[in-house]
Amino acid sequence: MGLLTLSSPHTHGPNSTSKVMATVILATLPGLAVITALFGWGTFINVLLASATAVASEAAILSIRKRPLAFFLKDNTALLTGVLIGLALPPFAPFWITLVATAFAIVFAKQLYGGMGNNPFNPAMVGYALVLVSFPVQMTTSWALSTQMSGQATLGFADTLQVIFAGSASLADGFSGATPLDAYKHLIAKGTADSVLGEATFNGWLNGGWEWVNLAFLAGGLVLIWRRIISWHIPLAMLVSLSLCSLMLGWDEDMYTPLSLHLLSGATMLGAFFIATDPVSASTTPRGKLIYGAGIGILLYVIRTWGAYPDAVAFAVLLMNFAAPFIDAYTQPRTYGHAKAKRGLPPKQR
Amino acid sequence: MSAALWTIVIAVGLLAVLAVIFGAVLGFAAIRFKVEGNPIVDQINNLLPQTQCGQCGYPGCKPYAEAIAGGEKINKCPPGGEGTIQTLADLLGVEPEPLDAEHGAEKAVPTVAFIREDECIGCTKCIQACPVDAILGAAKQMHTVIADECTGCDLCVEPCPVDCIDMIPVSVDKSNWYWQAPTSGVELIATDRHHHLAGDAA
Amino acid sequence: MTNLIRLHNFDGGIHPAENKAQSTATPIQQASLPAELVLPLHQHIGAAAKPLVKAGDLVLKGQLIAAADGFVSVPLHAPTSGTVAAVEPRAVPHASGLQEDCIVIIPDGDERWTEHQSLYQQLGLEHLSDISPRQLTEHIRQCGIAGMGGAGFPTAVKLSTGQREIHTLILNGAECEPYITADDMLMRERAAEVIQGAQILLHILGAKGCMIGVEDNKPQAIAALNSALIELGEEHHIDVVTIPTKYPSGGEKQLIKILTGEEVPAGGIPADLGLVCQNVGTAAAIYRAVAFGEPLISRITTLTGDTMQQPGNWEVLIGTPVSHLLQLAGYQPQKRERVIMGGPMMGFALPGLDLPITKTSNCLLAPTEKELPPNDIAMACIRCGMCADACPADLLPQQLYWFSKSQEFDKAEQHNIFDCIECGACSYVCPSHIPLVQYYRYAKGAIREERAAQAKAERARLRFEERLARQEREVAEKEAKRKARAEAAAKAQAAKPAVAADSAAAPNSAAATNAADGNAELEKLQKQFDAAQSALAKTKEKLEAARADESMADKVPLFESALNKTQDKIKDLAKQLAAAKKAAKAAPAAAATDTDKGDPNSPERLKRKWETAQARLDTALKRLAEAKEQGLDTVDALQTGVDKQQERVNEAKAAYDASVADGAAAGATVGGSSTSQATGAQTADNSAADQAANIEALNKKILAQQDRVAKMQERLDMAKAEGLDTVDALTLGVQKQQDKLLQLQQELAALAPAGTTSNEAS
Repeated sequence: MGLLTLSSPHTHGPNSTSKVMATVILATLPGLAVITALFGWGTFINVLLASATAVASEAAILSIRKRPLAFFLKDNTALLTGVLIGLALPPFAPFWITLVATAFAIVFAKQLYGGMGNNPFNPAMVGYALVLVSFPVQMTTSWALSTQMSGQATLGFADTLQVIFAGSASLADGFSGATPLDAYKHLIAKGTADSVLGEATFNGWLNGGWEWVNLAFLAGGLVLIWRRIISWHIPLAMLVSLSLCSLMLGWDEDMYTPLSLHLLSGATMLGAFFIATDPVSASTTPRGKLIYGAGIGILLYVIRTWGAYPDAVAFAVLLMNFAAPFIDAYTQPRTYGHAKAKRGLPPKQR
Repeated sequence: MSAALWTIVIAVGLLAVLAVIFGAVLGFAAIRFKVEGNPIVDQINNLLPQTQCGQCGYPGCKPYAEAIAGGEKINKCPPGGEGTIQTLADLLGVEPEPLDAEHGAEKAVPTVAFIREDECIGCTKCIQACPVDAILGAAKQMHTVIADECTGCDLCVEPCPVDCIDMIPVSVDKSNWYWQAPTSGVELIATDRHHHLAGDAA
Repeated sequence: MTNLIRLHNFDGGIHPAENKAQSTATPIQQASLPAELVLPLHQHIGAAAKPLVKAGDLVLKGQLIAAADGFVSVPLHAPTSGTVAAVEPRAVPHASGLQEDCIVIIPDGDERWTEHQSLYQQLGLEHLSDISPRQLTEHIRQCGIAGMGGAGFPTAVKLSTGQREIHTLILNGAECEPYITADDMLMRERAAEVIQGAQILLHILGAKGCMIGVEDNKPQAIAALNSALIELGEEHHIDVVTIPTKYPSGGEKQLIKILTGEEVPAGGIPADLGLVCQNVGTAAAIYRAVAFGEPLISRITTLTGDTMQQPGNWEVLIGTPVSHLLQLAGYQPQKRERVIMGGPMMGFALPGLDLPITKTSNCLLAPTEKELPPNDIAMACIRCGMCADACPADLLPQQLYWFSKSQEFDKAEQHNIFDCIECGACSYVCPSHIPLVQYYRYAKGAIREERAAQAKAERARLRFEERLARQEREVAEKEAKRKARAEAAAKAQAAKPAVAADSAAAPNSAAATNAADGNAELEKLQKQFDAAQSALAKTKEKLEAARADESMADKVPLFESALNKTQDKIKDLAKQLAAAKKAAKAAPAAAATDTDKGDPNSPERLKRKWETAQARLDTALKRLAEAKEQGLDTVDALQTGVDKQQERVNEAKAAYDASVADGAAAGATVGGSSTSQATGAQTADNSAADQAANIEALNKKILAQQDRVAKMQERLDMAKAEGLDTVDALTLGVQKQQDKLLQLQQELAALAPAGTTSNEAS
């Protein structure tokens, strides 16, 4: 017969997964630019290194699995995972940390589950969590200080390369230090809000440059919402629940990290718009997304305040990944023509 | 006695008490929620295809269900095939096994019996063989199969003295035709991608 | 009318490129008469129509050629005058490409109408309000009108709303699918027909008002409808409602939501809400049926797509082949041809171009590959949820996809897969280009099939159980009868021990009882024998295993002794069995001779005897083969048994053949002796004819049998060549079949001379 007989629809919108992923990557660029401007070349180098590692690991596994390389690599998901890991890692993290985190993310958290679309956990955060628990020293001391905090221009590109690849950590002396979130949590135990701000680390400036980074990621995130790449549910629920927790439980600045630091420091905005919204591992129903986002916000606050780690986006997201299928099952929308939404899994028949 | 010993005694005692309590609860539940009859047989029977073909070696699906409940293997039902074995394994919590070839192979397509009516001599042998009374007719009269009731068990084919019964595939028409699942592009392997440019051609 | 209706919105929906301008440039054209019309009997939802014509019949335009089969069915009319060429299965326009019965008409070109007149004339009434709704509905049914929007639901059925009170009629002029403009052009050019149709429908339903929903991308149609309303010049309750353009606003459920804000309950129909929804094309067809008495024999179809040089709308006779229409529109075939019936979102790609237009074919779309590229290779689902945002039914398409793909159909049902309207919005927006709708169609089909299979299995189970119960009952009844007889006999014996005249009865019944007992014993023995044999086989297996396995060596003698024992037992049993069989045979024989009142030499009886002998021989042969296979020493005994049995069979056969020949000869004699009598001659004629028929039938049978023998032989040869272990069984089979052949030939031989004799006699 020779006629093409495919199932309807016979037309398709202009969208594609590659484009979606590419848009997300582009939306991180403002954040990356601000980081590079304020904190130096470290993150930029990490992003490049992680992206290269991600694509290489993906290609390696695909060829082992005998899958077509070009077809899968062009979906840009590996690249995105690499970019996110690069953005999340400390700027002066040694190169092998980036390698380990990225390779683990792609090989174990993604490909071993069957590749794109099949991973129950956010690969980038699995990789990040692995290096965070395995190399806590490097992961907490390799953060850079912003230009204003260190009072000098950022470390040069060549020097940064040396710090990352040659392990010449001494070169970064004076440029590196604890993040504001970390510092505040430790210092407030012994002093008041005013005394903490007076400490050398803060130098009277609460967010230490991180607010610009977060605002840049916020801007990128809003673009994603505007382009309908992500929905507003998860970021909004996460930020609102984080704020509510902070206002209700930690309103006392002299005892707890203040709200402004929670919202505009650390990986809050990166997490809210780029990490928690990873569709594969997140909840997918509208109501489920709200619950999922809110859960991340609460966990984020709990771990940041009472946990051992200074930041907690990775753990909060991974823990909620566990719950996503369950949340989905209980938050089906009400279908047209039905009086009530159905809930849960079907009863075992027979 | 030393404190350590006491701790051990208390622990053991506590466990013993717990064991008694839970035992009592289980015992109570067993009596309180006792189910009449032998529902497991019915459950198994419900999973069997009810072709009543006897290929399993039992004279019908119910007897085989009873046998399974009594420990018989679950892989002796060719009409049910792998699907039935899987559901039985799920129900009984045992490992699924491949179909026992000794009892026949799973049919590729469902069939129904069809009597070539001009050759039928009206011997009623097929009527006696049919486990679900799906053949109509009387002695010296032509017989015919009620296609809707025929389970495709083949049991009528053998007894026919004039070999006038055929097993024909169930016909597909607009009412029972349906699209098959697309073959997903991502499951292609590198070597065969060129043949599937259209991707999900049915 | 001013538009005071508050519009609502449905969730989801998409905005694909409209592509409607191509086909609205020219007015509706009349399609020319094709060389043949193919009319599928099943163009609607419900039962297929029953043909009323046969090949060679002359039909007139508008003549009823197939009648509705039941309530939910639609009759079919000849679209033009001509000759019925055939009523045969032809490929029908359906995604499956299956064949269904169609009436094929060769037009004569005269377009001669059958007699038809408007319903007003038929009933001698002047006003619409004088005609009862029931009469109107019946007329619509007889005119073969089925929903013309695409689904083809019988319109008369939809109008039979029973007890439900209908307050609003909704006419669907949304036509939301890209490319299609059939309804648009209809509303532009025949707005008055649509409005008149609406008036008729309002009268039938007794509804208070009518809303005609039209998307705002059809301003000309809206204007035409409004001016038609003004021209109507009478009081009316019809509103033309402009709705925003969004796919799929033309879905019945979605349109109802837009116009009323209400949702049709799942599993319910619009009438549950007091609504009835009809396509504008259907309304126009209803008008033509009522005002002119014209049945539904043509429709407006859009021909569009970049492969057509003159896209546009045509008024097409139902049954016109697609290829004929494509020619009219200047179709340029592409390298990879694709013609879609319906729109790009919900239409289906035709498997061939010789398929006919049906009552529901609103569009033929033949796009170039560039225009509508076939789907890319699907990527993995990333659960982005864009499909859920686009779904007009508020489903979770990505979940349905996972469940359909992994065949977790219960979960798919839990997620309301049957509320999916297959609009394709999810597939359209899917960034991974997954053919989601096809997955849902597959899942729905599989679930339906599973349900049907389950229902069937349940029925089979009940039938099986009832059959068992019946058999048990019969056995019990027989047993009771036997007992009663035995008791009666015993009583009789006890009561009259001395009466010599009755002595015959006693041994008779005793013999019968004996026979029954003997049979039971025989069965028991047989069972024991079988059990022993299977035990023997098992022991042998074990022995082999033990021999093969050195660690088991010490058990070998044990098994050997067990084997010997079992073999002894089997021999013993075989002897007993043989004895019992002899006894059993003797008993019924005795009983039979005593009790038989019929003619023992009648052919039937002889035949039965022969058949039983044959069956016994077969069993014996089987046993022998088994014994040989297992190397038992009962082989010799069995062999002699078989030989004897063979003799018996031969005897029985000979007796039967002789009796058959006698019978035939007798028949011939009768024929011969009655030559002088006219009636006798008649009988002879008849019997001769019977004979001839018999001979013919036998000849046929013999041919079939020869076929079978040949087939069997082939299979045997194959088995032999491949050294299969089915050779023995097959040899037996060939033997059997040959025997049967022989028998048939003998029968023929016995019949043929008799036949000739009677022929000569007459």
